[in-house]
Amino acid sequence: MSAQTLAAPSYYEIDLPHYRKRQAVNWAAFLLTGVCAALTISILFFILGYLVYHGFSSLNWDFFTKLPKPVGELGGGMANAIVGTFKLLGLATLVGVPVGFLGGVYLSEYGHNKIGFMVRYAADILNGVPSIVMGIFAYTVVVLPMGHFSALAGGFALGVMMIPIAVRSTEEFLRVVPHSVREAGFALGLPEWKVISFIVIPTAAKGLITGILLDLARVAGETAPLLFTAFGNRFWANGWMEPIASLPVMIYTYAIAPYDDWHRQSWAAALVLMMLVFITSLTARILLRERR
Amino acid sequence: METAAIMETPKTDKIAVEVKDLNAYFGSLRAVKDFSLNMLEKKVTALIGPSGCGKSTFIRCLNRMHEVTPKAWSEGQVLIHGEDVMKKDPVLLRRNVGMVFQKPQPFPSMSIFDNVAAGLRLNGLRNKSVLAEEVEKSLRDSALWDEVKDHLNKPGTSLSGGQQQRLCIARALAIRPSVLLLDEPCSALDPISTAKIEELILELKSNYTIIIVTHNMQQAARVSDFTAFLLLGEMIEYGVTSKMFTNPGNKKTEDYITGRFG
Repeated sequence: MSAQTLAAPSYYEIDLPHYRKRQAVNWAAFLLTGVCAALTISILFFILGYLVYHGFSSLNWDFFTKLPKPVGELGGGMANAIVGTFKLLGLATLVGVPVGFLGGVYLSEYGHNKIGFMVRYAADILNGVPSIVMGIFAYTVVVLPMGHFSALAGGFALGVMMIPIAVRSTEEFLRVVPHSVREAGFALGLPEWKVISFIVIPTAAKGLITGILLDLARVAGETAPLLFTAFGNRFWANGWMEPIASLPVMIYTYAIAPYDDWHRQSWAAALVLMMLVFITSLTARILLRERR
Repeated sequence: METAAIMETPKTDKIAVEVKDLNAYFGSLRAVKDFSLNMLEKKVTALIGPSGCGKSTFIRCLNRMHEVTPKAWSEGQVLIHGEDVMKKDPVLLRRNVGMVFQKPQPFPSMSIFDNVAAGLRLNGLRNKSVLAEEVEKSLRDSALWDEVKDHLNKPGTSLSGGQQQRLCIARALAIRPSVLLLDEPCSALDPISTAKIEELILELKSNYTIIIVTHNMQQAARVSDFTAFLLLGEMIEYGVTSKMFTNPGNKKTEDYITGRFG
């Protein structure tokens, strides 16, 4: 029996000072990450709570159905701004989604080359362009030639802002579709465009819609690009060629005005806008979760 | 290498697939080295050999799926019913040479019915009653009809693995190819599903030329008429299955079949 017996180290033989130090560092790191995580979520809850506290009491039926009252008169609502926001988002979708979606399809299906790299890079830079600059861009290409502010210009500005995210989210969700699904399509003797249109895209459909919804939620609150494109309007805008009211611009205008009633309405508008964004992104999340 | 062993088939049978000096590459890696063989119509030809021997690469050359992989290319000649595949439009070729993959891959967005109908519908068949007939026939041919006939609208992905694979076979059969390529169709399946698919292969060979890649030598022995043994990209031996498994012509084949390596 020359073999040495190897005893398992007992608890008491562990290097205690080192062990305690390790535990302490572990706890500190855990605490730090935990505090930061809690901070992230508490900021959201703080904003939500603050908005509900200040805005909810000013929310009434009039807010959703009436036009703003003239300066000095109490009451009135923001019906035109709510409808205006929807009109602008609709236009933005028409401008941003086709370009972003098809660009994303290009990147995912044909973009494994230098051009793809450049497009991807350009989209990322475009995504980082300050929104006020996007506003100036829309002002230059739409407002100046037309000679006046319009819903069209505002929708265009928001639409351009949607493109980079739409491109990247479309690409990401199409990439998730396994290569084997495409191969199975090719093996049936289908041309590439049919495989992409009728097999790959439907497979990723829920993700694609989710991406677009989140994109919409992001631009819904943009104010800067609307200031000198859609401008604002205290009345109903007829059609698409007139300046149009929107919730973000209304919040801005009312918040910096010197009237208490306007401040209250500004809170209410912020709450409505926030809920709009919240519902949109919640819908997106639910859609995504139902993915098989 | 042992050219005598390469072609021991009766001359009277019709040749479905004729391969001449085929080489297939991934970039600079040569995965298939100088294959020449004839495969007969309405027979089952099995390709056996250890992983990485070029089995899958080889059959993917037959319907030009090999070139779908980036940087993959091939040289040499493949004739299917006398036609050079490289001179055909790959889309048209694949309508004649169906393929089933290792992992069952039903289209996730489609129901059972739509999966089988996909090839026909997307190739332009609009007539609903014809479509329904074809789907039923394909599902019967793949021995799946009785199990799914009451819930054709359920998603294809809701089926079990073995059922999914038979669904994929039905999908491949629906476009009525003359050659059916099976790339390890049972490797992801349990023994009972495997037995069903093997039974199916034996039934299908009265109408289709079947080429099957398999890791499982017993499977090759059970279902095939001819077997090719591949090793490291080379074809070591090709001949009648019964002879190959009882009296192999090459020492390497014998070693592999008897389990001495691989």
